[in-house]
Amino acid sequence: MLNAFFKGPLQLGLAQAAVAAMGALMVALLARRRGIHLETDTMVALLRGAVQIVAVGSILVILLRGPRWTSGLLLAAMILAAGATSRKRARDVPGAFKVSTYAIACGAGSVIAIMTWLGVIDTAITTLIPVGSMLIANAMNTNGLALNRFRADVLAHTGEIEAALALGAAPRQSVAPYSQSSFEASLIPAIDSLRSLGIVWIPGLMAGMLLSGARPFYAAIYQFVVLAMMFAASGLTSLVSTILIRSYVFTPAEQLIIRPGLAIG
Amino acid sequence: MTSSGQISQSDIILATEHLSRVVGAVTLVNDISVELHKKELVAVVGPSGSGKSSFLRLLNRLDEPTSGTVYFEGVDYRQIPPRELRRRVGIVTQRPFLFPGSVAENIAFGPRQRGKDLPVEEIGRLLLQVGLPGFSDRNVANLSGGEAQRVSLARALANSPAVLLLDEPTSALDQEAKLEIELLIEKVMRQSQLTCVLVTHDVEQAARLADRVMILEAGRIVRVGRAEEVLHA
Repeated sequence: MLNAFFKGPLQLGLAQAAVAAMGALMVALLARRRGIHLETDTMVALLRGAVQIVAVGSILVILLRGPRWTSGLLLAAMILAAGATSRKRARDVPGAFKVSTYAIACGAGSVIAIMTWLGVIDTAITTLIPVGSMLIANAMNTNGLALNRFRADVLAHTGEIEAALALGAAPRQSVAPYSQSSFEASLIPAIDSLRSLGIVWIPGLMAGMLLSGARPFYAAIYQFVVLAMMFAASGLTSLVSTILIRSYVFTPAEQLIIRPGLAIG
Repeated sequence: MTSSGQISQSDIILATEHLSRVVGAVTLVNDISVELHKKELVAVVGPSGSGKSSFLRLLNRLDEPTSGTVYFEGVDYRQIPPRELRRRVGIVTQRPFLFPGSVAENIAFGPRQRGKDLPVEEIGRLLLQVGLPGFSDRNVANLSGGEAQRVSLARALANSPAVLLLDEPTSALDQEAKLEIELLIEKVMRQSQLTCVLVTHDVEQAARLADRVMILEAGRIVRVGRAEEVLHA
């Protein structure tokens, strides 16, 4: 319908964006009727998202025409930004930024490097950046889930953790069950994605390849390849993250730092 | 005290020196200096929020003093590895916080941290000591409050501590279970030659069990001395 009113691609794109944003705002207004105030957050997120994606898109256009080595810089910047975003999921956990950045660099970074070296990811900047960004974004989400779950579990089991410390357990040992459950829980979305691939959803990459005329079989296989790489990157990230974070929730004197409240009694 | 940080009196097992803990604008423990003698039971009483539990948590270094320190067997406890200190200064809390699994696994937990497997006979002896013979294979999920607290006591004793900190160990129990645990504490202290610090809001319990009583208000000692003198003053 919009095609009838907007002929140029720019006008059409802006109109499509406005309609999609209105859908998101409708949700915020519906939530408001139930007493949940999301209007400001939604407005800010929509505006910020629109500005960011247009800005990044413009930069990408320039970078994609640049030399291949710039892809390394771009991916490193993405990892840093992912670490900063991921940290917010574990706001009061000390060292969350450092842990997130190391974990994403180790998980997503190593998968990107190995797969590029093996030839699974093409070294062309137009392939490396989009595929790399998908792996980093998924690793970031998984890391955020892992840290969030770890923080919640530690807060919910302070008594058990301190009971273990009081019996002479090493700090890492005292939080080991929660580190393990965080790792498992963080991988549920990645496992479900792989499990439901092609049945519940046809991912964007495959849809894009089909739209741009790729052979359906190759598009399907490459989508599987990307999802398998995402799983590897996310799993490795979460593993590193849940191992590293254990050291950051204790003081050098082996006292638990995150606690729900003060023991004043 | 000597220049090397040693306290000379040989029967003092634990001594606090100007011990304080401040968190933000709140002073939880305020300049407490007290000495605990071997094989005595000192009760710490006071109203809610007076700093009793905070004081106890400083004694096994679950929290860090903001000033002052604690001497364990004459040595500044900051010179003792925290795990070793906590093994020697055990704690039993208001809620037992048992780990999922069997009673035996819980009791063996402390020694296992040092790579030591507690023999079955030793687990049986500890269970007998706390009045739970034959409970070894029971799942902790199926224990009553009183039974769980006894397991928690046996678990702390498995580390062979020299000092046992008891943080309101009977406040979550009914009257019958409470009196049983009190008798048990007395028996265990006698058998294991323990020094105990008992935090309680129950003045009568303090009178029944304690050799000495320390009354705290706003994190500060307001009275300390023999139980009959302090509680009837």
